[in-house]
Amino acid sequence: MTTTTTATTGTKLWGGGKSPFNVEYGKLLMWYFLMSDSFTFGALLIAYGTIRFSATSWPDPDVAFKTFPFAPEGTNAPLVFVSIMTFILIISSVTMVLAVQAGQRMDKKTVVKNLILTIIGGFVFLGCQAWEWSHLHHDGAWWGSNPFLNVDGTKGEIGFTNFFFTITGFHGFHVFSGVVINIIMLIMTLNNVFERRGHYLMIEKAGLYWHFVDLVWVFVFTVFYLF
Amino acid sequence: MQHSSPINAPHAHEAHPSGGVKEVIRITIYLSVLTIVELGIGYWRIDMEENFFFHFLSGVIIILMLWKAFYIIAYFMHLKHELRNMIMTIGIPMLLFIWFIIAFLHDGNAFKESNMKYDKYKQEKSIPPAKK
Repeated sequence: MTTTTTATTGTKLWGGGKSPFNVEYGKLLMWYFLMSDSFTFGALLIAYGTIRFSATSWPDPDVAFKTFPFAPEGTNAPLVFVSIMTFILIISSVTMVLAVQAGQRMDKKTVVKNLILTIIGGFVFLGCQAWEWSHLHHDGAWWGSNPFLNVDGTKGEIGFTNFFFTITGFHGFHVFSGVVINIIMLIMTLNNVFERRGHYLMIEKAGLYWHFVDLVWVFVFTVFYLF
Repeated sequence: MQHSSPINAPHAHEAHPSGGVKEVIRITIYLSVLTIVELGIGYWRIDMEENFFFHFLSGVIIILMLWKAFYIIAYFMHLKHELRNMIMTIGIPMLLFIWFIIAFLHDGNAFKESNMKYDKYKQEKSIPPAKK
């Protein structure tokens, strides 16, 4: 009897001796962290939606975000700048995937190359965001101050700028920490830390974080600029 | 070092290999096309009146957004190739968002409705300006 019990326990998924999710524990915890982070972003975005649904009118994003760097005053180019930012983030996500895949092949050179490209993409995105923020600030938009009128011509809802700066700021903070993490990964790769360890799983975890930043932008971009 | 103990590490990724560079290029093209379609609809909507078709396009944009999110999570974050149990432990808690979105947006809307009914100032504000 005893032997049978032991045998059954051995084949059970959670009986010990095997990895039930077949992922490294650090990667699993990264997933759980991202899950909690998505609830934080979700809370902010849903709060934005609630306030917008409760408002009788709301500023038009195509009027507020119509400018472009180095374009002359009065340029009307809604969505152009933000679509470039979106593509920058998608491309930097792609280079991150390539870095992760190169890590699985233990191909240090490709990892380094793609990590550098990802870091550049992150910095370019941050630069774009800094430009947009400073431009909006120059126009008088900031937390607690909204110069853009509602669509119906009434005084602009204050929630428009409050949520815009809070949510894009929180996202930008994530991009910044992602860039810092990627720089640390690059330094560790160059110092042969992963070569000595025998695997590049750390790059995969950093990659998950970086893709999450891209994922959040898909939502932020849609709800702020397209609606 | 804890990390290199055999139970955690190197075999983990061998069990579920990814599709390689080809798959990445394929997904990149999908994401780009979806983004371009989204932007196209966005431009199209700029000067559109708020009729049924306008709200239908809003729905299309939301579907495209979720579609893009699926590609990023499934392929870039590799979740599609993980074990079913692993997918469930991430996916099921996310279902809470369905309730969040329905409940909170309905709440916001109800707040507006009651304001328009009982708040004289909001009532006047909500009357659209006369068309020229």
